[in-house]
Amino acid sequence: MKITKEEILHVAQLARLRLSDAEMDELNMEGVIGFANQLSELNLDEVEPTNHVSDVYNVLRADEVKPSFDRDDILKNAPSKERGCVLVPKVVD
Amino acid sequence: MQPYELTIHESAELLRDKKISSRELTQSVLDRINAVEDRVSSYITVDADAALACADKADARIAAGEAGPLTGIPAAIKDNICTKDVATTCASKMLENFVPPYDAFVSKRLKDAGAVLVGKANMDEFAMGSSTETSYFKKTRNPYNLDRVPGGSSGGSAAAVAADEAIFALGSDTGGSVRQPASFCSVVGLKPTYGLVSRYGLVAFASSLDQIGPITKDVTDCATVLNAIAGHDAMDSTSVKMDLPDYCSGLNAGVKGKHIGVPTSYLTGARDDVRKCVENAIAVYRSLGAEVEECDLSSTDYALPAYYIISSAEASSNLARFDGVKYGYRTENFDSLTELYCNTRAEGFGSEVKRRIMLGTYALSSGYYDAYYKKALQARTLIKRNFDEAFAKFDALLTPAYPTTAFSVGEKANNPVEMYAGDLCTVSVNIAGLPAIVLPGGFGTDGMPIGIQLIGNAFSEQTLLGTAYALEQNTDAHTVRPTL
Repeated sequence: MKITKEEILHVAQLARLRLSDAEMDELNMEGVIGFANQLSELNLDEVEPTNHVSDVYNVLRADEVKPSFDRDDILKNAPSKERGCVLVPKVVD
Repeated sequence: MQPYELTIHESAELLRDKKISSRELTQSVLDRINAVEDRVSSYITVDADAALACADKADARIAAGEAGPLTGIPAAIKDNICTKDVATTCASKMLENFVPPYDAFVSKRLKDAGAVLVGKANMDEFAMGSSTETSYFKKTRNPYNLDRVPGGSSGGSAAAVAADEAIFALGSDTGGSVRQPASFCSVVGLKPTYGLVSRYGLVAFASSLDQIGPITKDVTDCATVLNAIAGHDAMDSTSVKMDLPDYCSGLNAGVKGKHIGVPTSYLTGARDDVRKCVENAIAVYRSLGAEVEECDLSSTDYALPAYYIISSAEASSNLARFDGVKYGYRTENFDSLTELYCNTRAEGFGSEVKRRIMLGTYALSSGYYDAYYKKALQARTLIKRNFDEAFAKFDALLTPAYPTTAFSVGEKANNPVEMYAGDLCTVSVNIAGLPAIVLPGGFGTDGMPIGIQLIGNAFSEQTLLGTAYALEQNTDAHTVRPTL
């Protein structure tokens, strides 16, 4: 099946991925989507979808205040931080 | 016999009788790693000092008479399962420097049981792959032939156990990632029923399919590890609350009068030597008094496309969290927040992960949702129904684990569609949430291991383990070890 370069770039934008032309060829999205498209041969209009196989629904717990992780421990993995906060580029002018 | 060659139950007996200490056993495994790791490459991280310190604690516990079946036993954990203060990379540049501040439920359970963490096992990046070739760090080799892949995605875990670099290991299985490498490396691998083992602390790939499972040298060890890791956990809302049996207690139940189904559709694509191994297993079961019959499981014919759509869709959502903000890799090239996201993900993810994110995003995107994602969920209903029909009649289903033996390194690396097509015997089990075990079934004409898969009804692990044990005790494939 035919997938245009524009379609691939659109999907990459939705997924927040930057792809080079070489990578686009390497990913072989036409082949992979064609593989997934084998399902189009089936008529499943009358079949209910199954999101999840288990019978567990809406697991709730009491809303109690409990100690959580220490802030400094969590921030150890942050790529950029300042004064106990994660640092990101300016979002609002 | 060297201590590193022991199984869990053999080691536990020697530890209990004070014929060996956990320090000696752990040192033996560490020496083995030093001797073979440069050829096999099972591990991303090995921490010898921490392992020996842990072994000393286990020895104190054994001396105090407080040992359990896993106390003092050296283990490997797949590198997508969080281990407190030990790097957990998912074999990705994205998480190269990630050190979890907490233990996964299963890591905690193993530590509480006194097991000794030797290291973190290599894998396909974010568990996406069937050969452990997509790891950012290294390619693991098959201990039976270093030119072949160990399978994947838990290839490091399976290779470590096969090469005696760990007494046992944990893997994760989304579409066969415990079972297929177990098959390729001639070890035992179990994918438990969805919900039996908590996924808390397992880095999510496809949340409706993922399960953690043991990789061991024999079926008895598999039951022992399952006893340690199964059970309810409030931190995983899909974890089930139920009374669990002692999985070691049903091993000797035998298979007399048991009904075993053989889905013909799983054999049609199998290579002749693989088919012969399945036929041999059928003959063994018949000789033990089981009734073996052909069984129709044709709806699983579309399990592969359904699997790749569902798993990639869930992955594209789960992996959205890797944005370079709170943890993980962050690009140095950005002027805006959007650029920070896009460049972080472009530089931090490898090709296979990008491919799955792209497929998943495509399948969920406006205009394609009904044709792909919804259709895959509808196919899942049919697959589940087909298994329900089969288990109304059969106690277990017998199939190959993979249509061939381990393929060569590089053979399928550039052909994703061919790589995906190999997973046809394993993915339907995850789609239906069922338990399945793979155990050594023999060797192919190329001298490489062939695994037998047994699929059970939901939460029938005890029966499944007993059925596997009967085959193991009446065949000798599991007694063969690789020469390294």
